[in-house]
Amino acid sequence: MLTPNQIEARLERVLLSVQKPGRYVGGEYNAIHKNWNSIKTKVALLFPDIYDLGISNVGLKILYDQINQRDDALAERAYLPWLDFEEVMRENEIPLYALESKNPLANFDIIGITIPYETLYTNTLNALDLSGIPLKTANRNEEHPLIIAGGHTGTNPEPMHAFIDAYVVGEGEEVIHDIVEEVARSKSANESRAELLFALSQITGVYVPSLYEVEYQDDGTIAVTKPTVEGVPSHIMKRIVAKLPPPPTNFIVPNIKTVHNRATVEVMRGCTRGCRFCHAGFTTRPVRERSVEEVLDAAEKAIASTGYEELSFLSLSSSDYTGIAELVEAVNERFPDEKLSISLPSLRIESVSLDLMEGLKKRRSAGFTLAPEAATERMRRIINKFITDEQLLNTAREIYQRGWTTIKLYFMIGHPSETLEDVEAIVDLSQKVLKEGRKAIGGRAKLNLSVGTFAPKPQTSFQWVSVDTFEQINAKQDLLKKKLGRGIRLSWTEPEDTMIESFLSRGDRRLSDVILSAWRNGAKFDAWGDQRRYETWMNAFTEHDLDPTFYTHRQRRVDEIFPWEHISTAVHKKFIFRDYQESLEGKIRVDCREQCFACGILPIFKDMRRDNPGKGWMCPEVKPKKIRKMKELAVEPL
Amino acid sequence: MSEALPQKRLRIKFTKENALRYIGHLDLHHIWQRSIRRAGLPLIYSQGFHPQPKIQIASALPLGFSSKSEVVDIWISPEAEYSLEELQKNLPEGVKISSIEEVDLHAPALQTQGDYAEYLVTLLDETPADELDLKLASLMDAESLMREKKKKKRGKVRTFDLRTLILELRRLPSEGENERIYMRFVAREGATGRPDMILKEMEVPIETTRIERTALVFK
Repeated sequence: MLTPNQIEARLERVLLSVQKPGRYVGGEYNAIHKNWNSIKTKVALLFPDIYDLGISNVGLKILYDQINQRDDALAERAYLPWLDFEEVMRENEIPLYALESKNPLANFDIIGITIPYETLYTNTLNALDLSGIPLKTANRNEEHPLIIAGGHTGTNPEPMHAFIDAYVVGEGEEVIHDIVEEVARSKSANESRAELLFALSQITGVYVPSLYEVEYQDDGTIAVTKPTVEGVPSHIMKRIVAKLPPPPTNFIVPNIKTVHNRATVEVMRGCTRGCRFCHAGFTTRPVRERSVEEVLDAAEKAIASTGYEELSFLSLSSSDYTGIAELVEAVNERFPDEKLSISLPSLRIESVSLDLMEGLKKRRSAGFTLAPEAATERMRRIINKFITDEQLLNTAREIYQRGWTTIKLYFMIGHPSETLEDVEAIVDLSQKVLKEGRKAIGGRAKLNLSVGTFAPKPQTSFQWVSVDTFEQINAKQDLLKKKLGRGIRLSWTEPEDTMIESFLSRGDRRLSDVILSAWRNGAKFDAWGDQRRYETWMNAFTEHDLDPTFYTHRQRRVDEIFPWEHISTAVHKKFIFRDYQESLEGKIRVDCREQCFACGILPIFKDMRRDNPGKGWMCPEVKPKKIRKMKELAVEPL
Repeated sequence: MSEALPQKRLRIKFTKENALRYIGHLDLHHIWQRSIRRAGLPLIYSQGFHPQPKIQIASALPLGFSSKSEVVDIWISPEAEYSLEELQKNLPEGVKISSIEEVDLHAPALQTQGDYAEYLVTLLDETPADELDLKLASLMDAESLMREKKKKKRGKVRTFDLRTLILELRRLPSEGENERIYMRFVAREGATGRPDMILKEMEVPIETTRIERTALVFK
């Protein structure tokens, strides 16, 4: 294997022949360089796309911070090369290497891959291949790094089961320490790969796919997924942290321009709104908040340590953060620097949101994004995101009146049972919004309309439904393009992208072969529209005698056992099913801060909730053990 | 235009090495901007609709070149206290400050003051010394070297005499395995010679060299 010096010598001779060589050299402020030889456990954190996208991934920032806080471990970073540099790397036999030490990835003990979305699957294989590591778990041994993965795809890890040694389900802050310690212990004890994998399977939130097998029914659906080794849990419960730990603040500051190049502070995790299509809403429960004080302190530290001109508060729904008004006010006091721009993503369609944005007025941007998702009352009831047209128009009017010139509206087509009339309503509503703008500020008013296509996700209320067919999507998109008229800029998702996302997100273990074939035949960077190769994917299905529509366009039986049945996000399947039924009836489920619907989170994590009373969690309080015991005692007959 | 804010102007000499070799001119601007913010120095911004921090780098260094001799002027609030150590701490590895001095606010812009620049070019591939000497001598001996240069905008072609930009080309005594060449060029506004122009004449691919600017001299 090449040494870091040898890799650097080869890099020097090739870097000037590729675009943006700054992606491949590291050397950023706040990058952590530890002494390779004196550290026991070495972790390479990989984002399987290019540096420009991966560097801003918050999950990896957290893990980098957590691991490097340990004296006995180090974390370095790696990203995929863009096509031009990949070719050069292969030609010159340069393996994928980590940016800090330039060690090849194969030299690390653990490679931790974040896979937040399914279109990174082929890239993940490409990264392993560029590292010279066998692609399949079955072909790796003690000499190879342990390949772990995590991120949102962990709620259905099955399509990648053949390639990932251990998949983390849920949040990484604590489990990463358990894994590092287990790997260190196993290494010291000279354990076999099998022993290590078994040990990892004992950690809550860690799924070791190779210790399970799947039996199928005659119709191709799952009969059962069960452990093949005694002592391995039959179900994997997701891991969460009881209290959000202090957020990372020493962000690596890239030397080149990247996407989302800014300081971020996560203000809360989870969402109480219960939109039925929303994967994050279902899988990141319960809602836990940081205090305003903690958020402000972190923001201050992050700005001081990075010098960024931009700060973004992260959450799934900023306006739902309990301390939002207080935060906005305090931000203006604490950061009088006018050059600092502050963003609050995911605001609700309410005038309160406007007040918040106006609170940050000095730093106002030109655009304001609103996400009604659907344009008819019927659809809004189905997806459980209920706002009225009137609310939307009022808010839009105020936005234009208060001086923003551009509104971006985000809708989705393809929700269950949607008709062309529902799509036409998107056109009508958009035109009405623009009309408000024209009334308020005349021709300066702009409207950008972004219409995504819904892809049903595992572990959500719509996990049973079919995705729209090509014909349906084309008809709906044609209608939008034709009827929208002038003055509104439309963007949409190509149907092929929706299909790839759909069969991968609800796929089973058989998709591992499909992914492997697709990658072998050139599929990679599937998330990049111009790189996506739909034909290659279809050929891969044919090669393995599988039908993509089995995964995309099949309405699931109500009693179907899903490929992800053994993976639990702590939300009961019964609850999810009931929510799906209520969707069919057009029943709204209110924000669960108003009323607990017993989704299943609280019984599973009751000890955590009990130990963390108060406003940090949005779930109802759990009474302290002592009081309960006393009550039990009291009713006991003498 | 409103009256200029009170300010002072600092001239910083620095190196650009290692990973920073691969960072372009515009990105280097951002690096300075953020480093100065991290050091807590209040930068002065230009007036107008899109205020920009006042940072001027003397001479753009082509991507891939390292340098021992870069210069940047920055404008900060007059009362701000600065120290070389504090600023150094906040820079990425690869930028080392050698000096900071206050200069007259009305001194001409650095970009207009260049005179000449010196470079050290190391050849990574083995090249016979006599062959090198011959090539360098033929360039030095030429009366003129008329070359064409495409302007970026509109693809217009401009002719220039490369020879007038060359001040000196000389092979240095061997040190270790690699041959090294000393090059000195005119570095005036609108008339700047660069080692890659010479390497092209010599048919040496730039990837097989290591280029360092060793001095940037002002009038």
